[in-house]
Amino acid sequence: MEFAGAFGVPEAERLLWRAGFGPRKGEAEALAKLGLAGAVHALTNPGREQLVGPAPTDEKGRPLAPYDAWGHDHTWWLDRMVRTSRPLVERMALVWHDWFATSNDGVGSQRLMLQQNELFRSHGLGSFQQLLLDVTKDPAMLLWLNGSDNSKWSPNENYAREMMELFTLGADHGYTETDVRQQARALTGFRNDWRSGVGPTGFRYDPKYHDTGIKTIFAKRGAFTWKDSVRLAVTNAAHPAYFVEKLWSYFVGAPLDNATRTRLTQLYLSNGKTVRPVVEAILKHPALYDGPRLVKSPVVYTAGLLRRLGAPIKTTAWAWLDGMAGQQLFYPPNVAGWDDNRWLDTATWRGRWWIAQQVLSPFALDPGKATQPYDAVKLVDGALAFWNRPQLTPATTSALVTFAKSALGDAASTSWKKKQYPVLAQNALRHLIAVAPELQAA
Amino acid sequence: MSCCDGFSRSQFLHRAAAEAGRGLPAIEPGMPLPAGTGLSRRKFLGTAFAVYGAAMLGPRIFGDGIAAAASGPAQPVLVSIFLEGGADALSVLSPQGDPLYRKLRPKLGLTGGTALGEDSRLYWHPALGGLAQLYGEHKVNVMPAIGYTNADQSHFTSRHYWEVGATDTHLQTGWLGRYLDRVGTMDNPLQGLSLDSTLAPALATTKVPVASIDGPDQYDFYSRNVWGEVEDRMLAAIGGLGGAKGDPALAQAANAAAQVDKLRNQLLPFQGDDGIKSPVPYPKSDDEFPKRLAGLAAMLASGLPLRVVALSAPGSYDTHSNQAADLQQGLQLTSDSLLAFQRDLEARGLADRVLVHVWSEFGRRAAENGSAGTDHGAAGVGFLIGTRATGTLVGEFPGLQNGLDKDGNVTATADFRGVYSALLEQWLDMDAGAVIPNASAFARPTLVR
Repeated sequence: MEFAGAFGVPEAERLLWRAGFGPRKGEAEALAKLGLAGAVHALTNPGREQLVGPAPTDEKGRPLAPYDAWGHDHTWWLDRMVRTSRPLVERMALVWHDWFATSNDGVGSQRLMLQQNELFRSHGLGSFQQLLLDVTKDPAMLLWLNGSDNSKWSPNENYAREMMELFTLGADHGYTETDVRQQARALTGFRNDWRSGVGPTGFRYDPKYHDTGIKTIFAKRGAFTWKDSVRLAVTNAAHPAYFVEKLWSYFVGAPLDNATRTRLTQLYLSNGKTVRPVVEAILKHPALYDGPRLVKSPVVYTAGLLRRLGAPIKTTAWAWLDGMAGQQLFYPPNVAGWDDNRWLDTATWRGRWWIAQQVLSPFALDPGKATQPYDAVKLVDGALAFWNRPQLTPATTSALVTFAKSALGDAASTSWKKKQYPVLAQNALRHLIAVAPELQAA
Repeated sequence: MSCCDGFSRSQFLHRAAAEAGRGLPAIEPGMPLPAGTGLSRRKFLGTAFAVYGAAMLGPRIFGDGIAAAASGPAQPVLVSIFLEGGADALSVLSPQGDPLYRKLRPKLGLTGGTALGEDSRLYWHPALGGLAQLYGEHKVNVMPAIGYTNADQSHFTSRHYWEVGATDTHLQTGWLGRYLDRVGTMDNPLQGLSLDSTLAPALATTKVPVASIDGPDQYDFYSRNVWGEVEDRMLAAIGGLGGAKGDPALAQAANAAAQVDKLRNQLLPFQGDDGIKSPVPYPKSDDEFPKRLAGLAAMLASGLPLRVVALSAPGSYDTHSNQAADLQQGLQLTSDSLLAFQRDLEARGLADRVLVHVWSEFGRRAAENGSAGTDHGAAGVGFLIGTRATGTLVGEFPGLQNGLDKDGNVTATADFRGVYSALLEQWLDMDAGAVIPNASAFARPTLVR
């Protein structure tokens, strides 16, 4: 089932929010011309990546050091989201970062985190089984869930449990506590060294560390290895439905109906568990266009504001500003990832206010130099033009006009106020628009 | 290194502080400072803000702020402290007097610590001197094996059960949220307060507003080149961004803006350069926890209308590896901070109004694993702290001989839903049946005197 309505600019804009980080100026218009099928194909088959605009720097104009300096990892990826010509590739990397949520809090190496990130970027639309194999032996993941602590002499069930609970099957679906322990045995054999000054290194599979005995997993007996462990998880009957349900939830606000679940499951299985066809079907589904909005995650919100203005990255403050709003990249709160249903509360809303302040700061008009009309309606129109005319509800527009009138107040009676207050009000209006509900959800 | 650090929910701000000098993010004029960095807020405020801001703040502090403070009724307050990740009960209270303890914990078995008067088998973890001291003053109820039958060993499922107050994966409201829905009001977000970077799920309501803040003195808003009367009116306009109706995500964003507006007004008295003044010293740490408790005591002292408050304890409790060092660090700061908070409340004459409940989503496997750690278990450990606590054991330690289930996990001797029901009835003056599903099925311990 595909969206059958007219695929115009609003639909193209929504697609760009779900499959990327919102439109740059003119981007939604260009995408709309391709029609639904052409637009989705362009996103899922984007060709070689081009980065648009100047390279990111820290606040002193120096290049980023994403492997080494605090917050540069976050800023480096955010820049990629802002400047990429392949938004869906970055968006899928963000999906997998949340799906296989690994935190540098437990890994302690930005280099290993970025290595894992590259995996999510290069394999993000391919075979899920291959992705899970690569994740299982990924050094950051081996550290994060104790994969390289898990040996035949001392099993550690951390990865085995989360692989089934969060990565493939869902809590209490298709496995038992016995399966957790047996899977842990199958997954033994990974190890690494620790070198002073370097940290964890030499990640490898060592058959001497592997438990070669017979395991019973999902009522099947065999001398299973880690590759069998992954295969058994993705061939478990509970996996396909869990996979499509979870993938769906990243793109669509409406619940997945039974007919669509069946169809997506069939699509997944008939394509050898490849991700791309399922994503394409979701991106064409009517519920993506007819259904409710989704609250943007903090990095999607930030990247979206920067893309809208075509503004470059010139500070690494984004790492802690996005953290204030609840999403510092490479530091998900736990292995279950971020909670997409709870992005907005009084603390994280304030984080978004400060994100908008940082986005707007370079554009802030100087009341000593700039001039603005002493007219509330014109001020609001100017602020909307600044943001490339986002669609606001009449209620929000009316609240903005009410504010502008109150801000001008009786300033006309004092000559410096009459000159400066419209400029202050223009800066304030741009800020209020950036935090309005219509820009927080798409 | 282990996964376990990931469960500390330690924030970017702490790391910024810890790695100061190595790429610490730039502070620009007017930005909120990364807490715990030791940097002065004053020095970063823009001149325009200092001049106009001061003029505007004055009358407000003596206006709305004090008015709100004066109207705060003296209701009982419950503080919930979460040890995230599944704290190891057999280390928090080590059964050194149990003959099987050394066999199950050949490497991790503890020695030393203060004995627990009521059960000579159990010893306080050496880092918990603060709690042991309060226990000696009969201000701590100890729950050595708290949980529920057929414990779920998923972090996320089990903590969800504790958060919603039922073994129900579909329940969407928190147990404290449902309490607030019955007693709270529409104009007071502070009635349910998360002192955290995001809202605690236990506080999720369906009706009344609740709040989440890093600290009471960290709720400022700034916009470059907006000052004076225009700034004041801009901030007042935030609440009016709540016009968009119909779409649930738009409504959520609008609702958040409306709550921000109310909370900002409630917290105005705490903004500014003076910060929080405490009558007792708190532990010095890069972690926000002691500062948040100090801020909480100050908010209570100012009469702000708080009812339930949720915090995450510092530390890493999902100790699959490196357990000894991780536990020591987390427990020490948690216990020292809670002792300081109790002394603060006592010094301010507020101690009879506050109870602190400490919990974790489960305990850990009785036998240690091969990585100098422990895997997920069943029953765990909890505490209730305060001058009004009865200061006795809640449930007993079942022993390692007969007290383990078929998976080698400690079985529960007290049910968390019984503790919740007792807190609702004995402390919050609320019929537990209205908040906890099937409440009549759970025995109520006597928790409050």
